[in-house]
Amino acid sequence: MRAFTYERATDAPAAVAAVSRPGAKFISGGTNLLDLMKLEIERPTHLVDISRLPLKDIEEVPGGGLRIGAQAANSDAAADARVRTRYPVLSQALVAGASGQLRNKASVGGNLLQRTRCPYFYDTAAGCNKRNPGAGCAAIDGINRAHAILGASEDCIATHPSDMAVAMTALEAQIELLGADQAARRVAIGEFYRLPGDTPHIETVLRPGEMITGVVLPPPPPGRQVYRKVRDRASYAFALVSVAAIVTTERGTITGARVAFGGVAHKPWRSVEAEAALAGRPATMATYRAAAEAAMAHAVGRGDNDFKIDLAKRTLCRTLANAAQAG
Amino acid sequence: MSIPTVVDTKDAEIATNNAQVALTVNGRVRQLDLDPRTSLLDALREHLHLTGTKKGCDHGQCGACTVLINGRRINSCLTLAVMHEGDEIVTIEGLGSPQALHPLQAAFIERDGFQCGYCTPGQICSAVGMLAEVKAGWPSHATADVASPQIALTDAEIRERMSGNICRCAAYPNIIAAILDVVEGGHR
Repeated sequence: MRAFTYERATDAPAAVAAVSRPGAKFISGGTNLLDLMKLEIERPTHLVDISRLPLKDIEEVPGGGLRIGAQAANSDAAADARVRTRYPVLSQALVAGASGQLRNKASVGGNLLQRTRCPYFYDTAAGCNKRNPGAGCAAIDGINRAHAILGASEDCIATHPSDMAVAMTALEAQIELLGADQAARRVAIGEFYRLPGDTPHIETVLRPGEMITGVVLPPPPPGRQVYRKVRDRASYAFALVSVAAIVTTERGTITGARVAFGGVAHKPWRSVEAEAALAGRPATMATYRAAAEAAMAHAVGRGDNDFKIDLAKRTLCRTLANAAQAG
Repeated sequence: MSIPTVVDTKDAEIATNNAQVALTVNGRVRQLDLDPRTSLLDALREHLHLTGTKKGCDHGQCGACTVLINGRRINSCLTLAVMHEGDEIVTIEGLGSPQALHPLQAAFIERDGFQCGYCTPGQICSAVGMLAEVKAGWPSHATADVASPQIALTDAEIRERMSGNICRCAAYPNIIAAILDVVEGGHR
């Protein structure tokens, strides 16, 4: 690990001021950042500790929403009674991720910003445009069974690893930010992440020095919420494919649906195509299959990950069938 | 000012910027002079010589380094010691002693919940934290309805909740039996 200096920020304005120096980075839970620093993939020269900022509360928002402070632990968000009853898809996604120890440490803000687990991003001997822009992508012709099937580019086929962010995408969360200029703004999670294009090292629309202060969940949409994750082992593994679905039905007809995929793209993947194929259709497996075909119409396999296209379709069908049960 | 043993020349200037850290470990306040890079795990093992906490993967994947911070289980390899000033840190040495075993320690011995024993301190610290989470009604991936406030601690729940602790000897069935003994108060 490269050497760095350390300071603990006492409030949010001081934190964004402190991180303005060159080479500085925020640290919160540190469960991803420190791992990457050990491998010298991340090499900050100064760390601003934001883990003790008063941004841990989960509170009601006027009008029926819920605001989750960026410094709330993943486990606190998952265990919150309001999250569990009103946003069960988020609680399900959180407990599907990582381990008990990691969820206790990792913050909600940090979860949103975690880096890909592409093995070539971690392997400093391999070419990786995300780690070293212009170095090429070893994954495209490498072992790529975990990689993206939607929205990838010739420069990067990495996936976003978060489960939480997939549920938040289906819930249409808003991300609260505080800028280096002390100005606050909000970005919809659907606008927060970037596709890789030819700049895969730029993963979000965060501006330099900007800090996530919270996530606002709008009032829960009607319908039944389900998160389903498929992975290589039953626990403590990243998703090959996951689906967050929120479905309303009326007398056997789907009246509304939201669908987001995890593990398939550089960002949580909202499928408006699947949603359009569901709305107004009978809640039957034929409808789910049509939605799955629509969702994966532009999917591209790279060899090892070809199976993910079918896996994503089947996972969507199962999740929709489950979500439509008690809609 | 002490100089870390391993340091790149180019990093020397900031590397010597050690931090004075007061860590509260097993109820005792310990003053340390630390390179900010020092993980909590290395501070415990190399500086405080509390070698019960084990270094397995050093990347948060195996759980051997699990300790309790303010009653919650975490991986001590993936956090910096300087970030834990004022926190209540409990290691396996703080849970029990050979003369006065923690109930989970006694249950692991009785149930033969290990072979080589390397993962055991992490397993036991993790189990202590896990049982507190269950008591608080936290859901897990094995919980059928996350909205349910009551958790039935089945085998499946324990396996899921303990999945962050790897045992290469695969003593899992006996680890689960030991934990269940303590839950059910069946340990003698």
